[in-house]
Amino acid sequence: MTSSNRPIALALRGVSKRFDRPAVDALDLTIYGGEFYALVGPNGAGKTTTLRMVVGLLRPDVGSISIGGIDALSDPVAAKQITAWLSDEPMIYDKLTPYEYLEFVAGLWRIDPAIALVRARELIGWLGLEPHAHERCEGFSRGMRQKVALAGALVHDPKLIILDEPLTGLDAGTARQVKDVLRARARDGGTVIMTTHILEVAERMADRIGVIARGRLIAEGTLDDLRRQTGETATSLEDTFLTLVAEQAAA
Amino acid sequence: MIQQASLTWLAGHELRLGWRDWVSLMTAGGRTRGRTAFVALVCIAIFMHVFAYWTVAAYADAGLGSDTAALVGITGTLILSWSLLLSQAMESVTRAFYSRSDLDLILTSPASARKVFAVRMGRIAMAAGAIAVLLAAPFINVLAALGGGRWLAAYGVVIAMGAVATAVALALTITLFRTIGAKRTRLVAQIVAAVIGAAFVIGLQVAAIFSAGSLSRYAALQSDWMLRHAPDTASAFWWPARAVLGDYVALAAVFGFAAAVLGMAIAVFSHRFGEHSIAAAGVSNTVVQQRRWVLAFRRRSPARTLRHKEWTLLKRDPWLVSQTLMQILYLLPPALLLWVTFRTGHDAFIVLIPVIVMAAGQLAGGLAWLTISGEDAPDLVSTAPIAANRILLAKIEAVIGMVALIFAPIVALLAFDAVFAAAVCGLGILSAAAAATMIQLCFRVQARRSHFRRRQTSSRIATFAEAFSSIAWAATSALAAAGVWQAIGPAIVAFGILAGVWMLSPSRS
Repeated sequence: MTSSNRPIALALRGVSKRFDRPAVDALDLTIYGGEFYALVGPNGAGKTTTLRMVVGLLRPDVGSISIGGIDALSDPVAAKQITAWLSDEPMIYDKLTPYEYLEFVAGLWRIDPAIALVRARELIGWLGLEPHAHERCEGFSRGMRQKVALAGALVHDPKLIILDEPLTGLDAGTARQVKDVLRARARDGGTVIMTTHILEVAERMADRIGVIARGRLIAEGTLDDLRRQTGETATSLEDTFLTLVAEQAAA
Repeated sequence: MIQQASLTWLAGHELRLGWRDWVSLMTAGGRTRGRTAFVALVCIAIFMHVFAYWTVAAYADAGLGSDTAALVGITGTLILSWSLLLSQAMESVTRAFYSRSDLDLILTSPASARKVFAVRMGRIAMAAGAIAVLLAAPFINVLAALGGGRWLAAYGVVIAMGAVATAVALALTITLFRTIGAKRTRLVAQIVAAVIGAAFVIGLQVAAIFSAGSLSRYAALQSDWMLRHAPDTASAFWWPARAVLGDYVALAAVFGFAAAVLGMAIAVFSHRFGEHSIAAAGVSNTVVQQRRWVLAFRRRSPARTLRHKEWTLLKRDPWLVSQTLMQILYLLPPALLLWVTFRTGHDAFIVLIPVIVMAAGQLAGGLAWLTISGEDAPDLVSTAPIAANRILLAKIEAVIGMVALIFAPIVALLAFDAVFAAAVCGLGILSAAAAATMIQLCFRVQARRSHFRRRQTSSRIATFAEAFSSIAWAATSALAAAGVWQAIGPAIVAFGILAGVWMLSPSRS
């Protein structure tokens, strides 16, 4: 399926956000259904701010955000119903068990308890959390907490999953499990948007990569598209990324 | 030059950390707030000296030839203060055990761990002494100004009390570690600290209620029975009281005893400190199972889901359990007074309505902070498909529901004797709880539940507003229960506080 005949999962038009200085500057972004999109950029480029505006944690100063055709600014509740957000710091409740946490998330998203339980069992098994499923999360390692948070993001079966640095601090085994789950999600028709500093992950997993710097999208496309933009053909994403960012800084 | 890793060098390091902690506590981490904090401290010091003048000026002439009644009064006050110091020291010792902070650094460095922990215990003792000195200073200063410099000896007694409290706290906490293990000690030590802090005050009040039908703790201390059974005035039991009155021999004895007890505690327990800290650090890795008989998700609305989550977290929070227990402990004397009043049929219950209302306001303030500001997964809740005001409403319902559950039995008991008073008390509880919740709502911040202990430093306006609002509602309820129209006065003040809070609220801007 080409981009043009795919449904649009997320559309940002002229979105800007300013704190002390512009964090996101007149950003236009279109992401299609079933796409795995990686947003890369240097520290402070505006990646997290962009995604936090999409999920409703920040309100843009100007611009529009549409999720699955729903205006996320005028009808945030409907937009949130089909969206999941996972931040780089897994935020879960220490005193709840993974099952209790998933029951809580399912309750917030109004998922039928019977369906939610089936999904929770699947996710807990899939992420290798079964031996700890009835233990309170307070003693969990960072990787286990991230898995619980990921299960929470998936238990309500979102159409759009947005992840901010989901692989930070994870060991190789856990990172592989998380990547497998996300890839399977995109294969099944879900849209995954992820920020990452690990360019190899973007290179291997993403259908398209967006490079953001100083709050602007400076390049976008497949790895080959990005290479063409820098005029080079046989370089890695890392080289391409550094060239693009350096060009932007010089501009 | 001080030798590195020596006791003096380590003490200097601990002192620097302690000082910075204190400054951060006073200024809430803001550099620009230093001057404000200083002005506030001066105002508080002036207020405390005026309060001290009002309460102790009459006793400034008491001398060494004081009678048993005076010695009982001073000793009772010292024991009361010491029980609070012991409670505080137990909390500090427990916190020191369970805070990982620099444990890895200490235990992997070539410095003697025993020396480091000995210095740390000394720091806890110093902190306990410093708090005691700060609280006692206005009273001692007033007595010294009016009755002579001999009263300054009381400072020595206060410091000695801090040292003995720390030694006993160490012994108690380490005994708990050895008997019930690191996992249970955290909760039990917190509860024991709360009970110790409240037990003496409550014990005296209970004795006073049964002997004189009054909530005054001094009624029991000055009772005939107490004076008849007190030791002879020449007894060593009165040395701390005599030291306060300016007997320097007694002061030297009290000071020597305290130093010996603290020194012994440090010598005996410093090597155990590291051992128990390691055990405590491992507690976070222990597993708490919450298995259900049948695994099934329940059907709940999002609001009910949120309320259920809040109640579950509150129920499973050991620190909060001890705090709640403390509130309930303080309600025991009013409940007893109610029972005595009910039996004898006079209207003393008007005295206890403000106590109950005040307790409800304070409890609601704490619970509201935990549910509104202490949200450990703010992103999850904010990105859920629920309107923001519905989320807040569910959290408020969780707080009010919890307060209602705790106070309903007391109101019901009161209703047996006086329906009107019970209705007023119930309304007062709801008003104080709602006001405290609104104040927390206006000054909500994003914090972790584990930061609860420091909530008072994040916004002093909220802390003071919460306290004054509870006092205003308590006064309103007491006057309304007495059928006096002047109840409108404190009610207006209470609404004024809320209006002020709303205007100053950072969330409004």
